[in-house]
Amino acid sequence: MQIELIVNDKSVTWDIEKDEFLADTLRAHGFLSVKKACDTSCCGLCTVWMDGKPVLSCSILSMRAHGKKITTIEGVAQAAEEFAHILTAEGAEQCGFCSPGFIMNVLAMKNELDNPTEDEIIHYLTGNLCRCTGYMGQLRAVKTYLGVA
Amino acid sequence: MFTVLDMAQPDKLEEAFEILAKRKNNTILGGCAFLKMSKKRIGTGIDLSRLNLDYIREDNGFIAIGAMATLRDLETNALSRDAFGGILSQSVRNIIGVQFRNGVTVGASVYSRYGFSDLLTALLVLDTEVELYNGGRMPLQDFLQKPYEKDILVQLRIEKSQRSAAFSSFRKSASDFAVLNVAVSSLDHQWTIAVGARPGRAVIAETASRALSQGHLSAEELEAAAKIAADELSFGTNTRGTAGYRKALCQVLVKRGIMEVLQCKSN
Repeated sequence: MQIELIVNDKSVTWDIEKDEFLADTLRAHGFLSVKKACDTSCCGLCTVWMDGKPVLSCSILSMRAHGKKITTIEGVAQAAEEFAHILTAEGAEQCGFCSPGFIMNVLAMKNELDNPTEDEIIHYLTGNLCRCTGYMGQLRAVKTYLGVA
Repeated sequence: MFTVLDMAQPDKLEEAFEILAKRKNNTILGGCAFLKMSKKRIGTGIDLSRLNLDYIREDNGFIAIGAMATLRDLETNALSRDAFGGILSQSVRNIIGVQFRNGVTVGASVYSRYGFSDLLTALLVLDTEVELYNGGRMPLQDFLQKPYEKDILVQLRIEKSQRSAAFSSFRKSASDFAVLNVAVSSLDHQWTIAVGARPGRAVIAETASRALSQGHLSAEELEAAAKIAADELSFGTNTRGTAGYRKALCQVLVKRGIMEVLQCKSN
């Protein structure tokens, strides 16, 4: 079947399998920042935005992206780079495999919450697992990026 | 991973039900997060995205929640967030992460009647009706006792009232399934206590609810009601906890729930 969607502000028409998931479709079309890890909807590595909301692309059927606006980290490169510099400065990145999904969720949180508290930040980012850093460096980086104490 | 031979995105509920009824292995697709972990072979997967069922709105004294509203909608929508002391929002806010809750639908969560569901426990202590396309409207409690039948959950309807309610759960880590969850509510001195993730499906602790409603809410009666709830319900053992552990947790969480509702009422 065919779907029409907007990926990073560009209209595309893609052929997909009926039971294909969005993470696979995006990766097949070169968006390799979209990682697959747990495949059980709990690690957050495959996070992209669908109409501005962060979703797990490993669990969203591609056909549901028809007519939607999908954003991957390639579509928000400038903001992602700005935050990535802070992440590295805080020593909050090691292998980097979880970073694209994590950054997409941080940027989504910035759009959704005004001056979040530490508890609100932790709650929003609960769905992003990192097995290297222990989260404290990430939390420092997020607070610096958002300009909150 | 499940496999799907064909997909349909009907524009009308009648059409969706017609496709569903056509073959035994035709299936309604919710958020698919849980379904995708199964090995189910689906004939036609029926996606309800085009039916405009992603609403949460007020409807003649009820809060109407469409089947395709997401758990994140339930968490953040002003109507569901502010009603009944925020119990609906509280019950879903620790389910995995924001991205997961943006995909998972209320309809699939309720229709599937999962034992681990936090939402079902919260809905059970409210005046919740389930509206099925073919089966019509019925109280949630009746729906939970019915055997699985091919039908489409269209919406939930929760009667708006001054009911005070509280939800709590015990988890080994923040976003894990609950080891046990408890909801308590009170309206006009009638109390309802529900316990879920036992790990069986959420149920109302009828005897404890009745005892609490007939008493004077003394400290001893609160303690006694919590013990009755733990004694009257059955608990099971799985990787998250033993039956005995859950029974002990039940008594504590029920007591806390009652105390929280009493505090809500006094504020």
